[in-house]
Formats: sequence, C-alpha cells, structure tokens
Amino acid sequence: MNRFDYVRPSSVADAIAAAAVPGSAYLAAGTNLIDLMKGGISRPERLVDVTKLPGLDRIERLPDGGVRIGALVRNADLAHDADFARNYPAVAEALLSGASAQLRNAATVGGNLLQRTRCGYFYDVAAACNKRQPGAGCDARGGENRLHAILGWSEACIATHPSDFCVPLAALDAVAEVEGRGGRREIAVEALHRLPGDGPEQETMLQPGDLIVAVRLPGEAARFAPHARYLKVRERTSYAFAVVAAAAALRIENGIIREARLALGGVAAKPWRAWAAEGLLAGRAPEAAGFREAGELALADAKPSGDNMFKIELAKRVIERALALAAAGTPDRMPALPASPFASASGAIHYA
Amino acid sequence: MSLSISLTVNGVARTVALDDPRVTLLDLLRERMDLPGTKKGCDRGQCGACTVLVDGRRINSCLALAASHDGADILTIEGVAQGDALHPVQAAFIAHDGFQCGFCTPGQIMSAIGLICEGRAGDDPERIREGMSGNLCRCGAYAGIIAAVLEAQRAVGQTERRDAA
Repeated sequence: MNRFDYVRPSSVADAIAAAAVPGSAYLAAGTNLIDLMKGGISRPERLVDVTKLPGLDRIERLPDGGVRIGALVRNADLAHDADFARNYPAVAEALLSGASAQLRNAATVGGNLLQRTRCGYFYDVAAACNKRQPGAGCDARGGENRLHAILGWSEACIATHPSDFCVPLAALDAVAEVEGRGGRREIAVEALHRLPGDGPEQETMLQPGDLIVAVRLPGEAARFAPHARYLKVRERTSYAFAVVAAAAALRIENGIIREARLALGGVAAKPWRAWAAEGLLAGRAPEAAGFREAGELALADAKPSGDNMFKIELAKRVIERALALAAAGTPDRMPALPASPFASASGAIHYA
Repeated sequence: MSLSISLTVNGVARTVALDDPRVTLLDLLRERMDLPGTKKGCDRGQCGACTVLVDGRRINSCLALAASHDGADILTIEGVAQGDALHPVQAAFIAHDGFQCGFCTPGQIMSAIGLICEGRAGDDPERIREGMSGNLCRCGAYAGIIAAVLEAQRAVGQTERRDAA
C-alpha cells in the first residue's frame, strides 16, 4: 500500500474542501478501498475519513412516506431495519444477498454505490485496463470474460458494476443527495453511473470533492412492497457477485399489473433499468408469457462482449423468474438464502 | 505523522500512537498489542480469518484502518473465555470437531458469536450456513462448524432463558 496522509474532518464542508484536492479519496468503512489500495489499484495520496461526520448515520421517514438513508448507514443496519424492510423488501433482499455478514456490518450505503468493478483485469496491475490507466487498452476484451458486460459496453471497457443494492434502488427511482463545492444537488441512482464509452475511467457523475450524503426512496416506491423481489444468480450459493441479477416490483390491482419496475445487475457498467419491459408489463395479467416477453424486450439490444453469450439467455430467464416471484408475493420473512434461486419461501412459485 | 487513538480491547482501555496511518486493525492487534489469536488469512476481506467484534458487531479487521476506529470497543478471540471457562461457542467447536488445522477457527468463533448476538438465524441450519458464509475453512470442516454453532445457539438461548427466569 502506498503512503498517504490521513485526515478526519469534523464537518461535511471541511470534508469536501479536503477531498477536492487532487489525489484525495474519501474513506468510509474501506471494505473496497483498502482492498484496492492493498493491491496497488488505487493509490490515493490522502484519505479523507468521513466515518465520524455527524448526522449521516440515520434512517429517516419522510412526510411523503418515503425514506432518507444517511450515507454512513451500514448495509446490515438498513437491511434489518424492520420498517425499511417492510416498505422496500427488494432492497433489503438485495443488500442481504451481497458480500458477507462481516462486510455488510461495515460497508456503508454511500460506499456501496461507489464501489468499483471486480473485473479481474482492473484488479491485476500487470494487465492493461483503460479504467485504471486511460489509453492502456483492455485485456478483458480478449481474456477471461464470461462474467463481463452484455449491455452498454464499449471496446474500451466491458466491466460490470458489482452492486446488488443499486439494482432495486434504480428500479424504485431512488435519488442520491450529493454535497459538493457548488452546494447540494440530487442525482437519480439510475443515472449516477456512466456507461464506459471512450472514457471508462469516468465512472460516475460525481465531481472532485462531491460527497454522497444520503439516498432517498420515494413514498410511492413502497406501494410495490407486496410484490417486490431481488433474484441473483451466482457461481456459488452465497458470498459471490452476481452473474446476472434482477430486481422486479409489481403493483397488481384486480389481477392486472398496473405498474412494473425492473432492473438488472451484473450486466453493465451501471444498474440497468429495463424501461421498455416495464411499459410492456403495465396493463397485462401477471402471467409467464408476459414475463418471458419482458425478458426478450429487456435484452433486445444485448451483445456478448466475449465468452458471455450465455448471460443474455440467463438474463431473460432471471427476469422471468424474478417477475414470477414478485407476482407470487413478497414472503413474510426474508428467505434463508436471500435472492437465491435455490431459496424456497413458502407461497413462492418456482418456474423451472 | 503520528496519530494517537484510544481503544478498548478485550475490556482493557488502551491508547496507541500510530506512526503510520496504513496500519489495519488486524495488524495493530497482532503486531502491536501482542494479540496474535486473530489470524491473517487472505488479508483482503475474503476469508474471514481476521473476524473480530467491533462495538459488538463482527467485521473483517484486515480491511479496517486502525486510525478510523478511535474509541472503538474490540473483542478478539483472546477475550471470549472467562479464565479457564471456555465460551459456549469455543466449547461447542471442540465438542463437534469444528476444525481440522485450526487456522480459520478464531475467525469462525468470533463470527459465530456475532451471528448468535444478531439473533436472526435461530436454529435453522440454512440460515446459519448463510450467516457464516463469510468464513472460509480450507479443511472443509463446515459440517462440524454448523453443528457447533447450532449447539452454541441452543446453549446461549438456554442461558438467556435461565437468566430471564
């Protein structure tokens, strides 16, 4: 790990001023950043520790029925907040499908949004990576790439964003509250991450010094609570990143889908909202044929970036299954294996 | 730079001067506090061998900067027994052969103590397996580990019921 200066500001304003200096990075729990620094992938000259900043660790109910989650709320605390999990069960399920209990106890809400890709070539400092070193090339393109992107990728970068949490957040119109040198502004979580294009080193819409201080979910997103699931296919049952994941949420009235929300994880450099598929589902009966069509539509523009053609069909099936699970109803209790296709919750219908 | 932090480690208040902010909580415990029971496995947050409780919650100490944990209350494997009386989780690991080489065991035990304190897994083996998935055992002693955690969960539950009565 490179040497760095360590500063611990006591206010958000001081933190922004410190982090706006080139070479600085924010430190929250460090579950991703310290790992990256140990591998020499990230080499910040200065860490700005935000963990002691006041007022960023609260979960607040808003007048519109929504919720405001402080950026320093730990992933586990949010997932196990009874009120939150009742109103946003797919978000809780996504959180609990990510990482391990130890990491969820430490990792923060803001840090989860800003975690870096787990592309093996990004992590291997001997490999060419345009994200780590602009202009260096992309060794993933001709390398081991069966888990890489199938949507929104470019010749410069085929990495995926690894977050589970971001997937239902994007589906449910969550907003990140950002404080920066120019004051406070808001960015939809769905629009926070950039597609790689020619500049994969630019991963988000944040500017130097910008600090995510909270994530907000609107009250109307809680109306999906009776029919909201997260489904995540992994290469092992637990403690693995998604091969493909989907958040599905339905508002069903009188046997008809009034409104649908659908987003994919593990397929692109950002959580991938399937807007067209949502539109297709509205007004239809919650039945398998429509779910399959939604999957076809959501993946219409998908292209393999390497040995990952299988992920396109897998994503269609994950969508179909996630929608079926959502239609069957949110289970009363969090499944023993959150988001796992191997989990059996009573009342859930499993489509093979 | 020098940075002074205060910690409570296994019930004892300690003040440490850090000459380098790169020191992790794991290295602080092992190299500077003479507490080598917490193990360094992968050192990258993947294996769980370095699990300790910080303010009652299990975390990977290898990814925690010591400088960022000023004021924290830390419990390591050295602090769980009461003199010669083993913690119920320690006793259960012995009773059920919850290890072979033993390297991952301190982390397994600290993670199990954290899991039982969280109180969400109950006596469901599937929930215990999922809750313990952040602790790898290269020897594959998982069957014994899950049996040990189940028994410890029951033992702790009985103690709590007795204390409440």
